[in-house]
Amino acid sequence: MRADTLPRLDPTVRDRLERGYLYATAARRRRMLVGFGLLVVSILLAGWIAEVQPAKFFANFGSFTKYIHDILPVLHLDAADTGIAEWYWGWKRWLRLLGETLLIAYVGTLVGALGAFLLSFLAAGNLVRSPGLRFAARRFLEFCRTVPEIVFALIFVVAFGLGPVPGVLAIAIHTMGALGKLFSEVVENIDMKPVEGLVSTGAGFVETVRFAVLPQVMTNYASYMLLRFEVNVRGAAIMGYVGAGGIGQDLLEAIRKFYYTDVSAILLMIIITVVAIDMLTETLRHRVLGAEGAR
Amino acid sequence: MLVIEGLTRRFGTKAAVDDVSLEIPAGSFVGVIGRSGAGKSTLLRLINRLNDPTAGRIRFGDRDVTALGGAALRAWRADCAMIFQQFNLVGRLDVLTNVLLGRLNKVSTGTSVLRLWSADDRAIALSALDSFDMGSFAHQRAESLSGGQQQRVAIARALVQEPKILLADEPIASLDPRNTKLVMDALQRINKEFGITVLCNLHSLDLARAYCDRLVGMAAGKVVFDGRGFDLTDDVARRLYGLEAGDVVDETVPTAPVAAREKAFA
Ligand SMILES: Nc1ncnc2c1ncn2[C@@H]1O[C@H](COP(=O)(O)OP(=O)(O)O)[C@@H](O)[C@H]1O
Ligand SMILES: [Mg+2]
Repeated sequence: MRADTLPRLDPTVRDRLERGYLYATAARRRRMLVGFGLLVVSILLAGWIAEVQPAKFFANFGSFTKYIHDILPVLHLDAADTGIAEWYWGWKRWLRLLGETLLIAYVGTLVGALGAFLLSFLAAGNLVRSPGLRFAARRFLEFCRTVPEIVFALIFVVAFGLGPVPGVLAIAIHTMGALGKLFSEVVENIDMKPVEGLVSTGAGFVETVRFAVLPQVMTNYASYMLLRFEVNVRGAAIMGYVGAGGIGQDLLEAIRKFYYTDVSAILLMIIITVVAIDMLTETLRHRVLGAEGAR
Repeated sequence: MLVIEGLTRRFGTKAAVDDVSLEIPAGSFVGVIGRSGAGKSTLLRLINRLNDPTAGRIRFGDRDVTALGGAALRAWRADCAMIFQQFNLVGRLDVLTNVLLGRLNKVSTGTSVLRLWSADDRAIALSALDSFDMGSFAHQRAESLSGGQQQRVAIARALVQEPKILLADEPIASLDPRNTKLVMDALQRINKEFGITVLCNLHSLDLARAYCDRLVGMAAGKVVFDGRGFDLTDDVARRLYGLEAGDVVDETVPTAPVAAREKAFA
């Protein structure tokens, strides 16, 4: 069909539609511009109030690089093995503490994910009709994730004493808040047709969640949980700062007491572990999501 | 007998179902017709209580359906099975499990959540599937089936609910002609063999005339026709659809503002 054979609207109708369209889109464009402007202004304002001074950063950059240089060990090629042995003199203890750190992250993630799993269905707007219950679930999750885990850890150390238990609890609570929010957003994006199908048969809330919601969200839940585990390994590494178990305590001590090469030895161990965990969970996550896509 | 009295449902200011009163005797096959937006789906959803009415009452025997809540409401829903235009199966579960979900109201939550279906329930589900020629698909994921197959699974699920009423919301609107016939025949069998009352929303007048012993015509939320298929003259049909009765189709491009179209029948 040639373009000039296509029908044309009557000019008065066309003008009316066109004006309506322009009016509607102009409002949207205006909102975008205003929003962007507000963003820029608030960034500048925030920097000014918090006294972020880029000049200071560049002026002191030298002392930062000097510190990096100081903590690096002096290794000679001809005696590399003894040099490394000396550098990693405490490897047995550090490895044990690193293992404890991983366990804190692992148990904390599991416990937190379990809580998040249960609460996510109550916080989902498409499943829970009672606004009160939803409100309560959401505010509770919010509280759990707004308080930094290190603060929870401090409080729990006071309550339960030194050791990994407060670390686990702190990570579990923060994880519950963070994952609960993500999980409930996954639930809010599901296809509601199976849910209606089940409700129409007379199924209750638990059954509906089990059969219409779970099959749709499980892979995403697993993927988010693995992602959170990565984050929690990093989080657990500093739990020791407040005496809540893991490698963090030795790292802090090394920094405070200027055991220069210990700092780099421990840091390197943490970095290698985190990278390894990241790579592992990423493969796992892709496997989980890939299995989903292939079905 | 299902009795509907002055049933109204508003969305905002707009009445999707407007003061509808109907009496539907047990065992009848009623077709609800009318154009898109007439309120047919809302009417069925109100009966199943997927939506709550703004005003009016629904009674079934001595049950006041509109007053039900909790377990009694779930029992009512099990009694009035519903099938949907988009099938509403759980695509990621297998066909047999989907049918078994129709038994949920009859088993305890603890056992069903762990999928500990009884041998009896499985036998019921399998024979329901098989009676619609879907027995050999029991192990497949529901989403891997064609539309017509999925709808037959949905009908099997409805059947194992042992319902007294079956509500079908445009069950054939997304199917090809052959599957249309299969699904309509299945509904007819449910009605004739099991004596289950069927309330079926339909777009096509020809199908409605062929399968239903009573037609209810809706326009702008109101019942504007109630009678037998042959009472539905071309004139009435034109009034219902605002079109030639022969080409009753879903209008996708409204030619006039909605309010004006709907006032035509107010
Ligand atoms: N959940 C809803 N929210 C707002 N309006 C709705 C909703 N459901 C239906 N409606 C409106 O109610 C009217 C009747 O809809 P519906 O019952 O789906 O008609 P039909 O099934 O006959 O096509 C339509 O105008 C529709 O836009
Ligand atoms: Mg509809």
